[in-house]
Amino acid sequence: MTTDTTTKDAAPGSSAPGEVVLDARGVTMRFGGLTAVRGVDLTVNSGEIVGLIGPNGAGKTTFFNCLTGLYVPTEGEVRYKGNVLPPKSFKVTAAGIARTFQNIRLFANMTVLENVLVGRHTRTKEGLWSALLRGPGFHKAEAASRERAMELLEFVGLEAKAEHLARNLPYGEQRKLEIARALASEPGLLLLDEPTAGMNPQETRATEELVFAIRDKGIAVLVIEHDMRFIFNLCDRVAVLVQGEKLVEGDSATVQGDERVVAAYLGEPFEDAPGDEEVAEVEAAEAHAETTTDAAPGKENDR
Amino acid sequence: MTTQTSAETPSAPAAVQTGLIGIPASLGRALATGGGALTIVSTFLAWTWTAEFPGDLTVYGYPGGLQVLVLIGGVLTTLFGLASYGVKGLDRLTPGSADGALKMAALGTFATAWYTVIAISAKLGGLVNLEAGGFVVAIATLAALLGALALPFERPTPEPSDPDDTGLEAFRHQSRQNWNVFKAAFAGKTPAPAAQLPVYVEILVIVAAMALGLIVFTYGIGTEYDQLFVGFLITAGFGFAAIAKAGIVARVSAITARHRTVTMVGAFTAAAAFPFTQSDDQYATIGVYILIFATVALGLNIVVGLAGLLDLGYVAFLGVGAYTAALVSGSPSSPLHVSWPFWASALTGAAVAMVFGVLIGAPTLRLRGDYLAIVTLGFGEIFRITVLNMDGTSGPDVTNGSNGISSIPNLDILGFDFGQEHTLLGATIGRFANYFLLMLLITLIVVVVFRRSSDSRIGRAWIAIREDETAALAMGINGFRVKLIAFALGAALAGLAGSVQAHVTYTVTPEQYQFAHVVPPNSAFLLAAVVLGGMGTISGPLVGAALLYLIPAKLQFLGDYQLFAFGVTLVLLMRFRPEGLIPNRRRQLEFHEEAEAPAVLTKAGA
Repeated sequence: MTTDTTTKDAAPGSSAPGEVVLDARGVTMRFGGLTAVRGVDLTVNSGEIVGLIGPNGAGKTTFFNCLTGLYVPTEGEVRYKGNVLPPKSFKVTAAGIARTFQNIRLFANMTVLENVLVGRHTRTKEGLWSALLRGPGFHKAEAASRERAMELLEFVGLEAKAEHLARNLPYGEQRKLEIARALASEPGLLLLDEPTAGMNPQETRATEELVFAIRDKGIAVLVIEHDMRFIFNLCDRVAVLVQGEKLVEGDSATVQGDERVVAAYLGEPFEDAPGDEEVAEVEAAEAHAETTTDAAPGKENDR
Repeated sequence: MTTQTSAETPSAPAAVQTGLIGIPASLGRALATGGGALTIVSTFLAWTWTAEFPGDLTVYGYPGGLQVLVLIGGVLTTLFGLASYGVKGLDRLTPGSADGALKMAALGTFATAWYTVIAISAKLGGLVNLEAGGFVVAIATLAALLGALALPFERPTPEPSDPDDTGLEAFRHQSRQNWNVFKAAFAGKTPAPAAQLPVYVEILVIVAAMALGLIVFTYGIGTEYDQLFVGFLITAGFGFAAIAKAGIVARVSAITARHRTVTMVGAFTAAAAFPFTQSDDQYATIGVYILIFATVALGLNIVVGLAGLLDLGYVAFLGVGAYTAALVSGSPSSPLHVSWPFWASALTGAAVAMVFGVLIGAPTLRLRGDYLAIVTLGFGEIFRITVLNMDGTSGPDVTNGSNGISSIPNLDILGFDFGQEHTLLGATIGRFANYFLLMLLITLIVVVVFRRSSDSRIGRAWIAIREDETAALAMGINGFRVKLIAFALGAALAGLAGSVQAHVTYTVTPEQYQFAHVVPPNSAFLLAAVVLGGMGTISGPLVGAALLYLIPAKLQFLGDYQLFAFGVTLVLLMRFRPEGLIPNRRRQLEFHEEAEAPAVLTKAGA
């Protein structure tokens, strides 16, 4: 029945820049005989956008699930602001890590506003008795929650659709709503699981802007993504996961230039390397292709 | 009429709106309106020569029994017919589609009238038993129906048929096509939002709607013979459909949505007025049983409709409450020789039921979906068999086994003896009417609990869990805890209702609390009431429970086929109206927005 709702301007989860928000050390996840993730270290500092990439089956999602409390790592530990993560996903959210889902998981039959209000669950306290008795505290807390939710909807640009059903939003707006819902829990770290999957280039750019805006609020962001251009534009640091192990970590240029990354995505060259003739042939074909399609320098992206 | 059918233009362009029957629209409209008027006249004639058919339809100048129902249908048809001409004043009756309303009203009148005529012929043995009035009404309603069906409507564009279709597929395609056209013929349209009326007018509208509801309900409960009840169902069903097509229902529900508290007070005042309209206790008995059933169904709606937990043993919590109240009631067959006041036994009943809810919920709510349903089904049976066995021979002597706890004394609250007749406001209030009023108070409590809890942080958490449990957990909702609260709350409300039920029925026996039984409330009927009425709404389970209680109670002639008919009805309803009779706001919003802008979800598969 306590009605302590926090509605500060800045996200309360935010912390001084440079502080380590997420610290995963030697995370190993085994399923029976299969080691999906092997000894991965990863840190995320506050005010930072970190990307996590890797080919399909590299263990990205498994690692993600270790960070969100869906799995408990077989070895190693994950610390959030110095505390080891609790093993339940709702406790992880309460601790300050919010996430979105690869395949959108909104509450389809609730309105846009209600979706965000559900996100406020951990930051509000009213229980059943408070709801039944409807004291002044209840109304105050409810009004504060609504106000905060509307602020977040304005932040992602959905305030005009607050009363629509989530299921009736266009795809791109559903993604935005999912982010707003995650932000409603006032996280210190936001985990985005393929936020641009299925988006067109304009929508992808809009998402980029949105992630920068979130970072500017002081919330650290960890992104899993397949869209390389998006990742390299966005992230301060990128980690590459291949076959459950971290291959490289560094800024965009380092990762892009790393031959092992290229090899992991495209495969190693044959032992008997192609002769000059074939190389010339391929180059000619590529030059031809470039005139028709807007080929990007990062050819290794696997969209 | 027959000469007109040939006037149909064979090559009408697709855009032209035509009727279902090839009569010119203007003639059809005249026919429908005139037929309605003639129907009104015909109900003042004699339909049969003998009073053997119940309701005495032999009198000139005074409609009786089924004639009254046909009269109502005729009035509706005539009014909507005139409104479709745009008669000033009457057009305000039909903010939606006057034609759709006219069609529904004509169809309903036709169905009631022809049902009556056929029932007379069948009961008395042949058409010779019909007086002139019977033939007049048959022809008038048929004319009205044919006229109404001739009214133009927007035909749906036919789906192209696949030339490779084999016979059966082509037939199915054709029948689907015909069904779509038929549905479109009766389609109404959503009325434009009404201008804001003065508040007192809106409240008057609510009062009028509540009064109408009370009249319809009282009439339905008071129907004395099978034919009248069937006629009542037909008229009420089609009449409601007609005013829904006319757009009146949408207008009124917009008003009630603006004044929710007034609506609730109005509805409960109307319900409380029910015993005062009755001269004896006979129908108050039905009323109180409906209320018990409806209240428990509403409690189940918290568990099923809001939190999405399929509970197939819910009636056991009603039983826990009833047995608890019976044990402390001072009944001579109770081993505890105590007689607690009502407030104490009601609270104990609710508390004990809640404890059972937590005990059952704690180990089982970690299960999802079907598994939970099986476990709760098992719990329901365990409760019944345990109670059956605690008879002093197979187990401890607590419940008297299959004899149950009998001679439960009547309640006495502040000197008001519920077993006695009282005179309140000039009306005699019998035993069941007393309990009806008490039960109404319990219903009010449950309604308030439902309303307040659903519109709060915890209610949103329930709905979120129902929608997507994984996402809800990721939002920081402690799923298990929240589900347990829903389960315990539902159990406590059922226990509260049970503590009154024990006194109403005099006796509690294990047989009252089975999974499936001919008489509600039982778990199967409770769930049916929730699904039939509409999951997640307040009025849905109340309406669903009333229908599910009244229909078997009134249609005695069905005899052994009652459960069969019940099953068939349920299957048909789920086929044609899966959202229930009263769909919840979310569903309405869903339909509403789909009409406004098509949902762009096609890309979501990517």
